Amino acid sequence: MTQKDPSGLILLHAKDNVLACRRKIHRGDSLMIDGTAVTSGGDVEVGHKVARVDLVPGDVVLKYGVPIGSITQATRIGEHVHTHNMKSDYIAIHTRESTGEAALP
Amino acid sequence: MMQGYQRSDGRKGIRNVIVVAYLVECAHHVARRIVDASADMDVHLIGFPGCYPNEYSLRMMKHLCVHPNVGGVLIVSLGCEGFNRRELHATVAATGRPVDTLVIQERGGTAATIAAGLKAVTAMQDCIAKTPRVAIGLEDLVIATVCGGSDGTSGMTANPAVGKCFDRLIALGSTCIFEETGELIGCEQIMAARAVTPELGEAITACVAKAANYYTVMGYGSFAPGNADGGLTTQEEKSMGAYAKSGDSPISGVIKPGDHPPSSGLYLLDVVPDGEPRFGFPNINDNAEIAELIACGAHITLFTTGRGSVVGSAISPVIKICANPDTYRRMPDDMDVDAGRILNGEATLDEVGEEILAKITAVASGERSISEALGHQEFILTYKSFEPVGPACLPVRARRA
Repeated sequence: MTQKDPSGLILLHAKDNVLACRRKIHRGDSLMIDGTAVTSGGDVEVGHKVARVDLVPGDVVLKYGVPIGSITQATRIGEHVHTHNMKSDYIAIHTRESTGEAALP
Repeated sequence: MMQGYQRSDGRKGIRNVIVVAYLVECAHHVARRIVDASADMDVHLIGFPGCYPNEYSLRMMKHLCVHPNVGGVLIVSLGCEGFNRRELHATVAATGRPVDTLVIQERGGTAATIAAGLKAVTAMQDCIAKTPRVAIGLEDLVIATVCGGSDGTSGMTANPAVGKCFDRLIALGSTCIFEETGELIGCEQIMAARAVTPELGEAITACVAKAANYYTVMGYGSFAPGNADGGLTTQEEKSMGAYAKSGDSPISGVIKPGDHPPSSGLYLLDVVPDGEPRFGFPNINDNAEIAELIACGAHITLFTTGRGSVVGSAISPVIKICANPDTYRRMPDDMDVDAGRILNGEATLDEVGEEILAKITAVASGERSISEALGHQEFILTYKSFEPVGPACLPVRARRA
């Protein structure tokens, strides 16, 4: 089920609308997503996700072929998908921002 | 051929450790000094910090003290705490293991108890050196898995590789346990479909619903800031990655801490307390989960990590499987298996699964795992409360009865 892509992205399941990064992606890298060339707008670390298609608020995010949450902000193909533009449909998580740690010097 | 230690209950151990068990925080220092003075890597410290009695912690301590990897037990009590030391002592004595109880208030205080404890440990070392060795096979082993410091790579490399290893082990007759129902929130339907009976499937769904409710009351899921740093966005995403550790075998039953799986096969450990949330988060860290897996009989714990956990455990060795190639480069001396090679196409899931299986055989034969050799013997036990599992949870036992 795993398909590799020279741009460093892995499609974990055919139904997925996000791709997993198997190496760090840098701002300006060109990504090939299902035949569409996209320029990365930012750095994305190993293990993080990028959008496989354009996503709008309310869209269910599919990874491993199952729902892992939903989109809260419009997200273009190739953009990083993370806590800034998606949320859990089950239960709150705590991030460095929510515990105030990110604001500390 | 692997050699193990025969125990009177029929189980076989892969280690022959002496545990020094303190029964309240007030006895912790004395117990630790005894362990340190013994200067023996196979003398381990465990204990319970609370002064109030708790059925769960007594049950946990009993199962830990008669674990097949344990050859002898030294109990260290302050004297006035609520822990039922006599029942713990009697449980160990009934198995034929050497056991001693030292009560600090009756022994003349700190220094006298440390001296008496060291003497007791030395006598036990001579005694357990005579434990009969027997051939041990994979079918005698209980192998557990846990993940800690997970990131986005965990669910792509180390966790599914452990799943492959679990499938191989189960085919070879081992017993495997996966856990943390709070980290399986979102996977309950898929998981229930793998249960050996529809009733067990319902029990699985119910225990994940219990976990979701419990964590909602606590205010947070089982999700640390480092999980988000590593690319995991939601509890259900972390869950799907964690779930991959269970492999593809049918699920034979649901157990609770201290229950021994009644057959070979794959078991889910329900770690979330029953009843109204009372004592705080179900498991305050990874070692609380590892202690529960060991209380269920686990000889070895397969610990997958993306961010880079370093912990080991008292009583049973931990094998560390690193999911993230960057983490492996940063801390290779803490990792037994480099599963991040899968990301770069340098190894397949099946190959890493076989590598983990080979490592299990080596560690069961006496080779020290990396965390074990580094002296990691973390242990923690806190308050909880459980009801016994219902008949639907163990179809194998129900069939026998």
